[in-house]
Amino acid sequence: MDLFEYQARDLFAKHDVPVLAGEVIDTPEAAREITERLGGKSVVKAQVKVGGRGKAGGVKLAASADEAVARATDILGMDIKGHTVHKVMIAETAPEILEEYYVSFLLDRANRTFLSIASVEGGMEIEEVAATRPEAVAQTPINAIDGVDLAKAKEIVAAAKFPAEVADKVADVLVRLWDTFVKSDALLVEVNPLAKVASGDVIALDGKVSLDDNAEFRHDWDELHDKAAANPLEAAAKEKNLNYVKLDGEVGIIGNGAGLVMSTLDVVAYAGEKHGGVKPANFLDIGGGASAQVMANGLEIILGDPDVKSVFVNVFGGITACDEVANGIVQALKLLEDRGEDVTKPLVVRLDGNNAELGRQILTDANHPLVQRVDTMDGAADKAAELAHAAK
Amino acid sequence: MAIWLNKDSKVIVQGMTGATGMKHTKLMLADGTNVVGGVNPRKAGQKVDFDGTEVPVFGTVKEAIEATGANVSVIFVPEKFTKDAVVEAIDAEIPLAVVITEGIAVHDSASFWAYAGKKGNKTRIIGPNCPGIITVGQSNVGIIPGDITKPGRIGLVSKSGTLTYQMMYELRDIGFSTAVGIGGDPIIGTTHIDALAAFEADPDTDLIVMIGEIGGDAEERAADFIAKNVTKPVVGYVAGFTAPEGKTMGHAGAIVSGSSGTAQAKKEALEAAGVKVGKTPTETAKLAREILAG
Repeated sequence: MDLFEYQARDLFAKHDVPVLAGEVIDTPEAAREITERLGGKSVVKAQVKVGGRGKAGGVKLAASADEAVARATDILGMDIKGHTVHKVMIAETAPEILEEYYVSFLLDRANRTFLSIASVEGGMEIEEVAATRPEAVAQTPINAIDGVDLAKAKEIVAAAKFPAEVADKVADVLVRLWDTFVKSDALLVEVNPLAKVASGDVIALDGKVSLDDNAEFRHDWDELHDKAAANPLEAAAKEKNLNYVKLDGEVGIIGNGAGLVMSTLDVVAYAGEKHGGVKPANFLDIGGGASAQVMANGLEIILGDPDVKSVFVNVFGGITACDEVANGIVQALKLLEDRGEDVTKPLVVRLDGNNAELGRQILTDANHPLVQRVDTMDGAADKAAELAHAAK
Repeated sequence: MAIWLNKDSKVIVQGMTGATGMKHTKLMLADGTNVVGGVNPRKAGQKVDFDGTEVPVFGTVKEAIEATGANVSVIFVPEKFTKDAVVEAIDAEIPLAVVITEGIAVHDSASFWAYAGKKGNKTRIIGPNCPGIITVGQSNVGIIPGDITKPGRIGLVSKSGTLTYQMMYELRDIGFSTAVGIGGDPIIGTTHIDALAAFEADPDTDLIVMIGEIGGDAEERAADFIAKNVTKPVVGYVAGFTAPEGKTMGHAGAIVSGSSGTAQAKKEALEAAGVKVGKTPTETAKLAREILAG
């Protein structure tokens, strides 16, 4: 889960990483009182999870409380690279900035460890610095057990050649930032820019944080979830504990196992090339169990997607036998029909693996008018694409 | 022979007495796996009956090894406790720990991987979030269905569970030596490269099938390794060509960020290393067939 800037700011503050004052609002008028409290001037910053908002006009200085309200009015509702601005942060204006640096901690999956990236050339995208001046970017591996103590932080500071006068302060920030990274179960904490200001202090002016969804069990992240941004189908799927991602095609996909479902998307896309360019409408992994209830929940989400013209159910019976899966499909359709759902889209079902013959027989016997059986993955994908194209 | 697991392997189950552990211990025993014990500190001293086979429960991995000579542990404990279970297996220096549990926090897997390193990597870790390892007809550790293929001379290494099953089933008439699911998490113990090296050295394996998916650069690294070190034919498949950037596709590791980790890049790297890469699982199986037919 990626956080908004204001959420990252709050998290940094909680772990004593130096930040400026700032509060998030969703109505322009609220900017007035905050700006007055900040001494009559502020920065109005669009809260979107995408880079380049400054260039897009999403960050504006306000020299008075009235102006802050006006700027907030402009920015709220703005579209930045496809992201609608629902919230703005009213932040303290930065003191005079003398230098801008970059520091981050992140997961280094290739080396199965964590990594520190630091540079004295902050303020721009670090990828750009790495591409044009790689010598200005210091990468330091961090052992997950040893972590970052003051000595390690000083090693990072030395590797990135921070100026002597800020070395101790940056090292101190690094220790606190590491604390944020570990205690928040983050995959990334990034400060850019980390600014040296006229007083000689270093302050985190902007930040990015990405948290590990798998670690949610040991945190209270309820209020961090961005409910406004979630696709309604994705939100409904999440409520039902389904692993669903909305895509932009026409063939609804249900399968078991992440790898098999990803593969199903590919096979459908290839098949679609022969059928008017139809594409997969979603990713949905119903997992190993695939009970009738889970199948029904999955089908309900898929059939509720107006973009879906046909559905491809692709199941490989591993531990779960195909006869159970077939019964699940038949029961799921009945369940939906009994609930009064509109079940009119054609389903192509491919069952293979354990008890495949039994499962196929169950579907044949049920003789449901919407269900077609195709016994190979490639053949079934072709049929589903053909049906979607015909209904388009 | 095969790799890492054979009929002589003595297997203990951490988390055997939980619902998932019970279900799969029963299935593993039915496949002929020599399950010699379970581990649960609260049920130490008890015995669990699986269709007439009594399996003793020990308080710790160490006690289980001392009593049974176990050399493999399979871990089914819930994700909150998995890190501690793996650390216990590492401390007991069991040669192979297979971590089935899914949904483990990355800071936990990074931590047990770093711990394994500090302890000299005496324990091979497979997983987490993987289906396990099967040496067909000899021993089955994890949740791979044992009856969808037969013993043979293909070695299989895969990030994905169901694609492992799909491929084992597609090539069931030829059969497999060992199939190992390494999992799709961002941090895993055993990698494609580890398995490729082991299959290359295994006299019972003639051809290697390697299944990858989007995210990270493990397939690119594997391609580099194959070019330099693997003489046996390798057939590859990569899932996720149509996955959009920035969306996680089920596996925590299956996410394309920026230009790296795409299926296309992986396919190209593998092909440059002489690996034949199929467009679909079925086509991949066909490529394997053609090579074996000469």
